[in-house]
Amino acid sequence: MKLYNYELSANCYKVRLLMSLIGIEWENITVDYYPGREHKSEWFLKLNPLGQLPLIEDDGFILRDSHAILVFLATKFDDTGKWYPTQNAEVLGEIAQWLGFADSLNSTAGSARLHDGLFIECDIDSCRSGAHRLMRILDEHLWFQEKQNNMWICSHSNPTIADIACFPSIMLSEEGGISRIDYPAIRRWCDRVRRIPNFIVIPGIFAAGPDINCENTGS
Amino acid sequence: MTQVDSTLISDWHVVADIETLKDDTITTTYLFGERIQIERNHLKSISVTTDSGREVISRQKYGFVWVCLGEPGRPIIEIPEAEENDRHVITGGSMGVHVSGLRVVENFLDMGHFPFVHDGYLGVETNSETFPYQVDITADDEIVATDCKFFQPVASPNAEGGIMADYEYQVLRPYTAVLYKTNPLQPHRKDYIAIFVQPAGEEHCIVHPFLCYLKDGIDRCTVRWFMQLIFGQDKPILENQLPKCLPLDPRAETCIASDATSVFYRRWLREHNITYGAIPIDSASNFSESKSGDIIR
Repeated sequence: MKLYNYELSANCYKVRLLMSLIGIEWENITVDYYPGREHKSEWFLKLNPLGQLPLIEDDGFILRDSHAILVFLATKFDDTGKWYPTQNAEVLGEIAQWLGFADSLNSTAGSARLHDGLFIECDIDSCRSGAHRLMRILDEHLWFQEKQNNMWICSHSNPTIADIACFPSIMLSEEGGISRIDYPAIRRWCDRVRRIPNFIVIPGIFAAGPDINCENTGS
Repeated sequence: MTQVDSTLISDWHVVADIETLKDDTITTTYLFGERIQIERNHLKSISVTTDSGREVISRQKYGFVWVCLGEPGRPIIEIPEAEENDRHVITGGSMGVHVSGLRVVENFLDMGHFPFVHDGYLGVETNSETFPYQVDITADDEIVATDCKFFQPVASPNAEGGIMADYEYQVLRPYTAVLYKTNPLQPHRKDYIAIFVQPAGEEHCIVHPFLCYLKDGIDRCTVRWFMQLIFGQDKPILENQLPKCLPLDPRAETCIASDATSVFYRRWLREHNITYGAIPIDSASNFSESKSGDIIR
């Protein structure tokens, strides 16, 4: 399995994170996304005409789009079936819904981060206000989930790829000037994600300390 | 606009990585809080103008666009390593950081944070001792820290296992610092890393890394990858420092022995009357009204 990868990309990190959580071995192909813009180079556009990262190559099978890759990896390699429970229609529906939500997080919170850090143009005010709107919705959702003793985004006893898809843009939001201080349920969920066994970091995110509250559910 | 120190006005500042500019396109950035426009034409010639339409002096060197807002008081720094053919000579990827550039320079000079912020790369948390080192001011009025040593599990991507890395640091200008560190494959030679920090505002800067790495066992892409990995780890730490400007009053923040370079740096800034991005001693009595807000009143 080859991953065409850029270290600071939140979307590449989603893929790296799931591969670590499931235990998939992979080969790194670093793409000079910034400042080299190698994802727009002729050789890369042949692999992905959209000129976007990440992209994987598995036994000649090429797949782009971080969320598509999460679906593929979980379905093919996760023998436990917990990350993408293909037999559970309700949860699959919820996952698809939250993958769409994660796309919106990318284009708001994610864009704000790239704007402030790497000078990639966007309407920064509308990205920030859009991100806050989404984070209010997610915070409320997670609060109700906790009330039902459900620690994850979907109605499932384990984290799913929906958690992995939403996590990076949320956890890196402050690099785009978007504070999480008003979203306590999001902050508790972030700590839970960071304590999943085999969790790995991206520059900008640190591993969580030990859980002194033994999973405070906010109740 | 805040008063900008005359030494900074007559100095050179990097405002763009040439690789990120497009022909016949205007790129906007900020220097000392003032908006400036960088335009490159199809002949690759570059002009830089302020918002008021004034053209400022600019040069292209080391892969960057440099400007001086006043009359240049001295030339752009010379980097002999950039002329050595067996090195990758590359820009590292400029990044915006929401903190004073002086804080970034100070962090660049600090070895004490390696085991905590760069655990598994530039240090290990279980082995966090910073050994004593030597700090001096040279005849050219630059700060030099020598005899710096640190155990690093991954000093560079081409390292096979941990090494005791030798470092030397230099502060050449208020917003410019460089380091030399042991190359893992040629231990008698050193890799070179400089940061040219663009003071976009007092509490906002753009860090322009410049790298001269021996080519042995490493490609350009990997040099950039490693620089961005390390700096990406520093960024959230820097952006959470308060106050965002650098206090120059020795009583403002507590120092320990491993902070000797930082102590020299702050004193050197005081002696050169650098106030932009700093909290000068004079304003210490007004801390609660100072530039950065959240200080204990």
